[in-house]
Amino acid sequence: MIDELDLQHGWVAGELAAEFPQLRLVHARVEVQPGKSPRSVKERLRFLSDRFTGSKAVAMRQQPIPQAYRVFFRHVGLDPDLQRTPIEGIALERMRAGHFKSRNIVDDALLIATLETSVPVYAFDAARLEGEPGLRLSHPGESLGGPHGRPLPRGQVVIADESRSLAILFADVAEGHGVLPSSEEMVLVAVQVKGVPDVSVEEALWCAADILQEAP
Amino acid sequence: MRDVLELGPVGAVAPFQLPVPGIEVDELAIRRSLREQIAKLESELASLFCSAYPRKGFDWEVGSRRGPRLLSLVELEELRDELAAKLQHNRRVLGDKTYTEEMYRARIEEMILEPEKHKWERVTNADLGETGCKNWHVRPRFGVIGMLMNWWRVKISSGCPLAKGPRPPLPEQ
Repeated sequence: MIDELDLQHGWVAGELAAEFPQLRLVHARVEVQPGKSPRSVKERLRFLSDRFTGSKAVAMRQQPIPQAYRVFFRHVGLDPDLQRTPIEGIALERMRAGHFKSRNIVDDALLIATLETSVPVYAFDAARLEGEPGLRLSHPGESLGGPHGRPLPRGQVVIADESRSLAILFADVAEGHGVLPSSEEMVLVAVQVKGVPDVSVEEALWCAADILQEAP
Repeated sequence: MRDVLELGPVGAVAPFQLPVPGIEVDELAIRRSLREQIAKLESELASLFCSAYPRKGFDWEVGSRRGPRLLSLVELEELRDELAAKLQHNRRVLGDKTYTEEMYRARIEEMILEPEKHKWERVTNADLGETGCKNWHVRPRFGVIGMLMNWWRVKISSGCPLAKGPRPPLPEQ
C-alpha cells in the first residue's frame, strides 16, 4: 500500500473556468519503473474482466459518474456515441476483446483506476513537464506538444504545462510526453467535471499510484 | 465564410449580440441554462438507450462538433434541439417497436390456444425485442400424420446453435 500521495489542483484557464466552474484537474507525482505488470496486477485485471459483464456495460451510461462525463462531452462538442468517454471506451474494448489485456504496469494502472472509479486518469513523464499542469484552450497557430507537433485548431481544450500543450482533452497525448521506458517519475492527472465527487477523483489517483508501487 | 473554429466561444451569436436598449443579456446565464437542458436531455437519452436495448434500428448519434472546445450559443442551441429531436424520434421508434412486440406476444397466446389456426407460424425472441434464439413454432404433431390429422402444437425452441458448430468427428485410430 502506498503511504502518502500529494494531490495537487492544477490551474484552469479563465475562459474555461468561467464556462465550467466545476472543471478541475487534479495531479500527483509518482515514482515509476515502467515495465511488465507483476502477477498480482495481471490477476486483478483477470478478476475485473470476469466481473465486467455486458449488462453492466449497457447500464453504465445511467450511472452518475459515467453520465457526468457523457454530459461534459456534449458540452464541449464531442459526441460520446462517436468518441467514447474513457470508461465507455474501456467497456467497449472489454466486450470486443473478451478480456482486459495486460500491456505494462503504467497502462494497466491507468486502466484499473479508470475502471474502478470511472474517472479517467492520464500519465505524463514528469521530466518533460515544465511547471504545473492545467487546462486551457489552444492558442492560434499552436501545435500539440511543441512547435514540431500536430497543429491544433484554435480553441481546443488541452491539458498543458506552463510552456506547451501536452494532450488534447480526452484524446491524443503529445508525442514524447507520455511515460517512456526510461521515465523515473511521472505525473498522474485526473480530470474532474461537474457531477463527479472529489472522493472519486482522489480514489482514482490513489488507486493508480498504489498499483504503480507494485512494480517489481 | 468564417470557419466555425475561427469563431470565439460566443462568436456566432448574432441574435444575442443585437443591443436592445434597456435590456441587458446575461449570456453566461443563457449558456448555463442551455447546458442544463443538454444535461437533462442526455440523461433521458441514456435512460431510453437502456430501455431500448437490445432492440436494433435506433440512431443515437447526434454528431460531433469538432471538440473538445467551447461551443458558441448558436451551437449549444443547435445541440439542444438535435438532442431533443433525437430523443423524440427514438421514443417514437421504441413506442412502435413495443406495440409490435405486444402484438407478437398476443399472437403467441393465440398460437398456444389454437395452433391449428396458425399453421407453420413462427415467433422469435427478436420479434419480442429480446436476445437469444428462442422461438415459438407451430408444427404438426408426429410429422406427416399430424398434418393429415390436423394435430398441431407449438414447439418452443430455446437453444442457440453452438458457436463452433457441431462437434468434429473423432480422429481415426
